[in-house]
Amino acid sequence: MPTMNMVQALNAALDCKLAQDADCLIFGEDVGYFGGVFRVTEGLQARHGRKRCFDAPISEGGIIATAIGMGAFGLRPVVEIQFADYILPAFDQLVSEAARLRYRSNGEFWAPITVRSPYGGGIFGGQTHSQSPEAIFAHVTGLKTVIPSNPFDAKGLLIAAIEDDDPVIFLEPKRLYNGPFDGRHDRPAASWADHAAAEVPDGRYVVPLGSAAVVREGEAATVLAYGTMVHVALAGIADSGIDAELIDLRSIVPLDIETIVDSVGKTGRCVIVHEASRFGGFGGELSALVQERCFYHLEAPIERVAGYDIPYPHAFEWDYFPGPRRVAAALARVMEGG
Amino acid sequence: MVTTIALHLHIPEPVSRPGTEADFSWVEVPAAGSVRRPEPTAADEDTRDLPYTLIRVLDEDGRAQGPWTPRLTGDQLHQGLRAMMLTRVFDDRLFRAHRQGKTSFYMKSTGEEAIGAAPSLALDPHDMCFPTYRVLSWLMARGYPLENLVNQIFSNAKDPLKGRQLPVLYSARDYGFYSLSGNVGSRFGHAVGWSMASAYRGDTRIALGYIGEGSTAEGDFHEALTFASVYRAPVILCVTNNQWAISSYAGIAGAEATTFAARAVAYGIPGLRVDGNDFLAVWAAIEWAAARARGNCGPTLIELFTYRAAGHSTSDDPTRYRPADEAARWPLGDPIERLKTHLVARGDWDDERHAALARTLDEEVRTAVRQGEAVGTLGKSKPPAREMFEGVFASPDWRVLEQLRESGL
Ligand SMILES: Cc1ncc(C[n+]2csc(CCOP(=O)(O)OP(=O)(O)O)c2C)c(N)n1
Repeated sequence: MPTMNMVQALNAALDCKLAQDADCLIFGEDVGYFGGVFRVTEGLQARHGRKRCFDAPISEGGIIATAIGMGAFGLRPVVEIQFADYILPAFDQLVSEAARLRYRSNGEFWAPITVRSPYGGGIFGGQTHSQSPEAIFAHVTGLKTVIPSNPFDAKGLLIAAIEDDDPVIFLEPKRLYNGPFDGRHDRPAASWADHAAAEVPDGRYVVPLGSAAVVREGEAATVLAYGTMVHVALAGIADSGIDAELIDLRSIVPLDIETIVDSVGKTGRCVIVHEASRFGGFGGELSALVQERCFYHLEAPIERVAGYDIPYPHAFEWDYFPGPRRVAAALARVMEGG
Repeated sequence: MVTTIALHLHIPEPVSRPGTEADFSWVEVPAAGSVRRPEPTAADEDTRDLPYTLIRVLDEDGRAQGPWTPRLTGDQLHQGLRAMMLTRVFDDRLFRAHRQGKTSFYMKSTGEEAIGAAPSLALDPHDMCFPTYRVLSWLMARGYPLENLVNQIFSNAKDPLKGRQLPVLYSARDYGFYSLSGNVGSRFGHAVGWSMASAYRGDTRIALGYIGEGSTAEGDFHEALTFASVYRAPVILCVTNNQWAISSYAGIAGAEATTFAARAVAYGIPGLRVDGNDFLAVWAAIEWAAARARGNCGPTLIELFTYRAAGHSTSDDPTRYRPADEAARWPLGDPIERLKTHLVARGDWDDERHAALARTLDEEVRTAVRQGEAVGTLGKSKPPAREMFEGVFASPDWRVLEQLRESGL
């Protein structure tokens, strides 16, 4: 099995779908001849032809709107929004159109589109190249939101997203593109080459949407994370010395509630980790669900580790980023209760 | 009889790519001075030819030609030349500073220096510009302190934006320079609103907005034009058409079908298409549009036709998507060289004085960078980290106060 980084795995997924499905096509800013600013679509135009993978005008609203129209016709467009921070001009198209087309037309029309977009911090991108907007999509009924944390999942989840008949927001943790990152920014960058999940099978396979992965089994507490924070949480668990179970949600809508409930039912303690700012973040929903479904198993208040409620500040990237130290501290607090 | 043919999806593609020779044979360059100049008070219908030509003043010998020639003093021209040269020296040095790990990011405006410098000098000090990240020469023309720029780029303890913003996304209110943001296009409507506010108050100030040709695809551009047209806002709206938006050529923004200046026609406002590498032509167009705005005749759209001679940013390698010799073959030349030639032709400049000015500017930039390095480059010095919690609201709410405490900063 070839070893791939996340960029290559995503490229392999797109290559596979373009080859298999003549109705699948890709467009977005700089994705055509150039191959995308993060190189995810590199070589696809040369291999599959200009009309299968082409550049779009700088109009996120236009990109999503035309993708919806193509989807309504019967195509399966995969569009790239260059940074998740720039998805906002398309927000009305996603919320009022893509998410509701099936419902309001009673199934006459639907939008089988996939919106790929790099998200998250850790690359000194400042306020508008670092955000994690997953919670605002999770809040919208009718959108699915998927976030891989490693190359194997990235390929399988992207193929599943493209084959899904509903609109999927596919957020790619850009800090993980070239290697796993556990939040210890002062250490040399790691490579996917030494990572088990970098073995990516050839051809088509899917990781179903709505299936979480237990990354580390443990008895003392449950840690819920996704994307970059899976690696950060793992480092935080190691630092804490606490035998925590780590769950990688992989998709937040649909959400694998069973895996979460089973784990918290077993451990009785829960720490939720995300990079997005805390107030109104997806951690609030997770916390409510765990409280509603596991209340009588809980031994301590649920803890949230998240970004602060300020814009992502350029010079203070590492003061802002919720690193392993904050995860370990939350684990220690959650162990004190009960 | 109706014939049915299979439909075909058109995907625009530039004439040249890496490995082929640059080809600008499609660029029509009218002679300097050949375009007529209606009065700034002219009705929109009397300006309908202007979006489809190219207003140029400087001829091949550096002589000013025709009705658009602005009446500029030697001082004004020297100021313009200085600002453009300073921009170029600064860009080159700070780009290198990025390569040396002193900052996280940098963007140059090489070849586009006239586009910020001429309007900055032509407009009044109290007018407001809503910039893109590629009009550093606006600030250079107004004498913005180089140390402030360097400190912002290094995100160090003296960064006027307190380390909160990506390098080059300046804000300089006192210099008529509105706060920049990383998302493109979104301030174009602010220029319109600011100018409407001035009209509302019965003030005399006007606004100027810049947008890249690539970013005209955003709704922001069309929304701004609609509001400007409806309320006859006293605003000058400029499209910098530098041919490239990262790797996408202008055809991806609609340049195959018509010009960017021609977007004005449908909104019923004048559209001027101007040689953006001709300092005098840019000045003249801005002066014309400003007179119009100040006379309550409403907005003007100006396409500044130019070429992005450098890469998009420090993250970009343009040889991956365009021929390496494109910049050298750009038919409208270099704005600095052209203004220099003009000054020489006026008998007001020579190679020696030019070289001396270049040395002075180089030293000014070196001094500013040395000062910035003494404070500290990226990561070596920064404002107090606890200050990152300030300034979200006018007064912080409990969340931020609690988080500041929690952070231990
Ligand atoms: C809303 C938004 N979408 C996408 C981007 C990514 N992006 C940054 S610059 C750029 C190209 C802009 O091209 P243009 O407007 O022509 O200006 P130029 O860079 O050529 O000066 C793109 C696509 C962004 N910053 N903001």
